[in-house]
Amino acid sequence: MSQSDNNDQAVVARASQEEAIEKDRAAREAAKSLETYEFGFSSDIEQEFAEKGLSEETVRFISAKKEEPEWMLEWRLKAYRHWLTLTPPDWAKLNVPPIDYQDAYYYAAPKAKPKLESLDELDPEIKAVYDKLGIPIAEQEVLAGVEGARKVAVDAVFDSVSVATTFRKELEEAGVIFRSISEAIKEYPDLVKKWLGKVVPMQDNFFATLNCAVFSDGTFVYIPKGVRCPMELSTYFRINAENTGQFERTLIVADEGSYVSYLEGCTAPMRDENQLHAAVVELVALDDAEIKYSTVQNWYPGDANGKGGIYNFVTKRALCQGKNSKVSWTQVETGSAVTWKYPSCVLNGENSVGEFYSVAVTNNYQQADTGTKMIHNGKNSRSTIISKGISAGKSNNTYRGLVRVGANADNVRNFTQCDSLLLGDKCGAHTVPYIEVKNPSAQIEHEATTSKISDDQLFYAMQRGLGEEEAVALIVNGFAKEVLKELPMEFAVEAQKLLAISLEGSVG
Amino acid sequence: MLKIENLHAEIDGKQILNGLTLEVGAGEVHAIMGPNGAGKSTLAYVLGGRPGYEVTEGSVTFNGEDMLELEPHERAAAGLFLGFQYPVEIPGVSNVQFLREALNSQRKARGEEPLSGGEFLKLAKEKAGLLKLDMEMLKRNVNVGFSGGEKKRAEMVQMGILDPKLAILDETDSGLDIDALRTVGEGINAIMRQPDKAVLLITHYQRLLDYVQPDKVHILAKGQIVKTGGPELALELEREGYEAVA
Repeated sequence: MSQSDNNDQAVVARASQEEAIEKDRAAREAAKSLETYEFGFSSDIEQEFAEKGLSEETVRFISAKKEEPEWMLEWRLKAYRHWLTLTPPDWAKLNVPPIDYQDAYYYAAPKAKPKLESLDELDPEIKAVYDKLGIPIAEQEVLAGVEGARKVAVDAVFDSVSVATTFRKELEEAGVIFRSISEAIKEYPDLVKKWLGKVVPMQDNFFATLNCAVFSDGTFVYIPKGVRCPMELSTYFRINAENTGQFERTLIVADEGSYVSYLEGCTAPMRDENQLHAAVVELVALDDAEIKYSTVQNWYPGDANGKGGIYNFVTKRALCQGKNSKVSWTQVETGSAVTWKYPSCVLNGENSVGEFYSVAVTNNYQQADTGTKMIHNGKNSRSTIISKGISAGKSNNTYRGLVRVGANADNVRNFTQCDSLLLGDKCGAHTVPYIEVKNPSAQIEHEATTSKISDDQLFYAMQRGLGEEEAVALIVNGFAKEVLKELPMEFAVEAQKLLAISLEGSVG
Repeated sequence: MLKIENLHAEIDGKQILNGLTLEVGAGEVHAIMGPNGAGKSTLAYVLGGRPGYEVTEGSVTFNGEDMLELEPHERAAAGLFLGFQYPVEIPGVSNVQFLREALNSQRKARGEEPLSGGEFLKLAKEKAGLLKLDMEMLKRNVNVGFSGGEKKRAEMVQMGILDPKLAILDETDSGLDIDALRTVGEGINAIMRQPDKAVLLITHYQRLLDYVQPDKVHILAKGQIVKTGGPELALELEREGYEAVA
């Protein structure tokens, strides 16, 4: 499909997408009215909290709370003991104040959000963003954690549960396993044991090791041989993203000849008292399997003066183990004060394919050091990297990418394109490519550009009727188009709005 | 409709417009001709509100409203369209997306309902047909990879879609072959030759005026209108040159 077709379709698709959202809402309401009776009870979940700080006790407490089997506890403890020997990495172009790991809670996620009496108490800035994204009031209340509207929140969750029940049935019929990782550890211990920590080893890095010791929860997906997952696993997850913990753990295994598209995150910004986030995502693709993993990350970036904001240290890696296997990472990163993230592909399989499409926006005092690693071990393996960095305010945006070709990997091909767009003259864009090739048959291409929004473009768009911020948003969206078109349609539209919102106040 | 009085403007401290006075009534087409460096493009940019073009004296009103107080997009919403001498490329943004957003922004500013995707495509198709521009061109990114002639025709399609009250066309005829010149001329007539609209044509040559008959022709030199006449003035200029006429 050509670019122009895409552009045109986007306009038409937007109209039909609005229809689809309306239909979806109607379906949810219908499902709810059918199922609220059955599920219409609520109970206060008793909460217990681990003591502040990190120790073997904390690790044991978390494991016990989750009623984990012995092997899981041992695994966590091993990770914890190893973590004690590590120091945080300092090679990234990030300026992060030292983090006191003893001054944090490691098991208290549900209580982390301050409760509000009503939406009126919500930070007007966040409220404005909700409105701009077009989030319905009920969903806003859930996101904001409004106390008086807890009933609404429960309803909304049940709302999703009712839909999810329908989904779950369809998934089960297809043989797809889709569980929280805690459930999966108990229900499918062999599958979990086989792959957990195989893509990102327990000793991999400071933050991944920490995650191994204290991960709160996350998602487990298994797609059986030859199965094409009948739906995107986004809708379900999105509704359930309310209590995305601090140390999330995701494991997705696509067996031979299977396909799954998974969407993580949410365009709606959420305040979170947990400043440090250290997630681990592991993907495994066996022979002829394909995984498409899309992320929209919009955590609190801190205020205009750089105060507050989430530190996001994520380890994401895919193992393209089988021949002809394929993994695509697509990410839109607009949030967090600090982003340290390199979704990677280990291309072991012959003819395996790795793709990385990224838009990273930084504004005010945000810092992002993000990119990918493409490790080519398989013959004829191919990878594509498209990175679009947009810097505004006083922010710093770094692309860091590694392309490595092993000695036995014949006929490897890689194409990398890194484009940076600067808004204003106080921000920074940096590109740090590492290329290591041990096989002479490899073809590696790297293209990089840095540009500014020109006065000509701005005036032209404004003369046609666009306000300055609309004009900037349009130009920036055009710049990021190659990546945005890789997102599932629903999120592509939201991501466009998100880019505009993230850059508000960055011109003029 | 458009009233410019004693307009002085400068760029980077350099005086370009030097007491320019001009009035264009509804239903009229005026041509502005003049040698290089006379201030023709500066006049277009000042009227469009381009940052960096500073008005130091004088006034511009548009249907009685003070134009100089408005931002560029507010002037657009008020009905001003600027046909660019060098249309600008916007990579990754299709003409369809660009123009729909622009049109709906203008409509919003005027308190009108936005056009739906379907309504917009119908409108775009009609205007593209008028300028003999393939609809496929409008699905491509704004001016990216367009030839000089295609850019100018695309500008006129934009004008048709945005449906302004006043069009200031800065050397829209440059870069056009004979056939395209006729198409563009006929397009301008079809879109703008109406009792409640007006056109200011900035050009070096008589040839566009063969298709778009001006009511008045002005000669701009050293930042001022130095001579005004009827269509015959353009022919006279073509024959004898600026030096002899002005």
